[in-house]
Amino acid sequence: MSGTTVNQAYVAGGDPRRNARSAKRLHRIDRIGDGLLFGLCAFAALLSVVILLLVSYQIVHGASPSISEFGLGFLTHTTWQPNFNVYGAGTLIFGTVVSSFVALAIAGPIAVSIGLFLSLLAPKGVRGVISPLVEMLAAIPSVILGFWGILVLAPFVQSDIEPWLHDTLGFIPLFGPPQTTGASVFTASLILTIMIIPIVASISRDLFLSVPHEMQDGASALGATRWEVVRGVVLPTTASGVTAASLLGLGRALGEAIAVTQVIGAGSEIHANLFETGDTLAARIANQFPGAITEMHIASLYYLGVILLVIGLLSNFLAQWIGRRFDYSRNVAK
Amino acid sequence: MSEAGFDPTAPLTASGNLRRRRVVSRIAEVGATGAAIAAVAVLGIVTYTVLSRGAKAISLDFLFTGEPTGIGPAILGTGLIVLVATAIAMPIGVLTAIYLTESSGSRVSRVVRSTLDLMNGLPSIIVGLFLFVLLVKPTQTLSGFAGALALAIIELPLIARGSQEVLLLVPNSLREASDALGVSRWRSVLTVILPTALGGIVTSTVLAVARAAGETAPLLLLTPAPVGNSFNFNIFEALPSIPFTIFTLSEEANPEGFTRAWGASLVLLSAILFASLGARALLARSRARMAR
Repeated sequence: MSGTTVNQAYVAGGDPRRNARSAKRLHRIDRIGDGLLFGLCAFAALLSVVILLLVSYQIVHGASPSISEFGLGFLTHTTWQPNFNVYGAGTLIFGTVVSSFVALAIAGPIAVSIGLFLSLLAPKGVRGVISPLVEMLAAIPSVILGFWGILVLAPFVQSDIEPWLHDTLGFIPLFGPPQTTGASVFTASLILTIMIIPIVASISRDLFLSVPHEMQDGASALGATRWEVVRGVVLPTTASGVTAASLLGLGRALGEAIAVTQVIGAGSEIHANLFETGDTLAARIANQFPGAITEMHIASLYYLGVILLVIGLLSNFLAQWIGRRFDYSRNVAK
Repeated sequence: MSEAGFDPTAPLTASGNLRRRRVVSRIAEVGATGAAIAAVAVLGIVTYTVLSRGAKAISLDFLFTGEPTGIGPAILGTGLIVLVATAIAMPIGVLTAIYLTESSGSRVSRVVRSTLDLMNGLPSIIVGLFLFVLLVKPTQTLSGFAGALALAIIELPLIARGSQEVLLLVPNSLREASDALGVSRWRSVLTVILPTALGGIVTSTVLAVARAAGETAPLLLLTPAPVGNSFNFNIFEALPSIPFTIFTLSEEANPEGFTRAWGASLVLLSAILFASLGARALLARSRARMAR
């Protein structure tokens, strides 16, 4: 008896109709699973696009009272007086641009040199140590860097670097007489420099590593020294990438709020002298937003956000465009 | 060689400036090495300052109690906010990465990729402003949750791009073998591709967490709470956080506050540096394993 049941069960398991049914069920599950996975993934991917659009919309929306009140004149107007409900971003745009460009001017050459060192000069073991250390520099939170900036860097800059620069290069109006505190646009630029360097250095290292060895060896075989190989082969082939990397660094510097707030001194006037206090768009928002009460004050801070958003998106867009447009590996490798 | 007097039949003689060219090259080498040393030195100086000044503040009381002596509630707050942020950002980021790798080349995925890069470049204070209009203003309450959402937006592109890079490293032969066995796409993604890339995905998540944990600007706008005395687990109230604590203490000219701020910096910095160093080591290992 029991033998037959087993046998029947075996036969039933092998029933071709049943098999076809379970295969169909499996097929259906797989179809649903595929659809579900694709749907979820597409949803997640599109979510980021939605978020970015929503961010832009909400920031502009928040700024709308100020935009309709001040219009484009806001960009050039230089008084910012919450007590009188008069707002203008001129000083802040000036401060943002100056501090970021000074930072980029210092950081760019240093970062590219680091990239060259890591890709072409350093032996593999040294590269393996220095590379992560340089990237670690980017991991320091900006608030800690800013705190270090006020207590350690600023006094040193004020007592040593600024007087020295004023004495040697004082004929350039940028390097005017130092102020009594170390809080200045120049100190902010130095802090931003520290933030930009790891970004630009690690991207340019990867770029330099991707330059074909045949080209470098060819130049060396023609008698070029190491520096001539860099100047004649490595830098020209990667110029667009390095530019894109610098733009990314610039974008980071333009948008940095906390560290700059801590060291720039919240000045409200435009000075040619880098050693005076100043203020930037992001720093002003960080500084005044928590205490802002009147509607126009908040809206004007949002207006600053709009400007910041536009500048930030533009620099990133430009970086992407240059990176893609002049990507030599795509144009040459073909 | 001047263009006018170039004579191909002339014997090859040194132009005489080889020494100068060598010197220039040597100077460039020294300069590049110096730049690298300078960057590492800055890292060393900052870390050393935080370590030496922060060590004075560190004690068990400092880590585990509230206001007069410690920053315990801020540590808890940062932990909660980052946890919630990561719980939101990680699934979305990984799904995005799967989308980008599985349907790469399509126009949509190109748009998504450049959107992620733009998001990565978004100033964090803008993210804070965004969530302020979206959440805080309508409900009139500052909340840790709004801060967590802001950090999630900051983490999302990092996790997505990082995971995407690792997913691209998964050998194609694995995909093909799975296809050849008649395994459907979703099963092979879940059982073959994701497990292979898991190490890298975890790494990029940890790196994103390390980046988000130090963000101050969104927290300053969304959940600015003093350290206080009680341990608050409710994410929908304003929670204290370590970065915000450092920021407020650094704005007050109070030597005692500075010591506390150095202590808080030490806690934050060591957590971040350990996390990112560990993640990098893990990444190197899982990359090496996958390349085999």
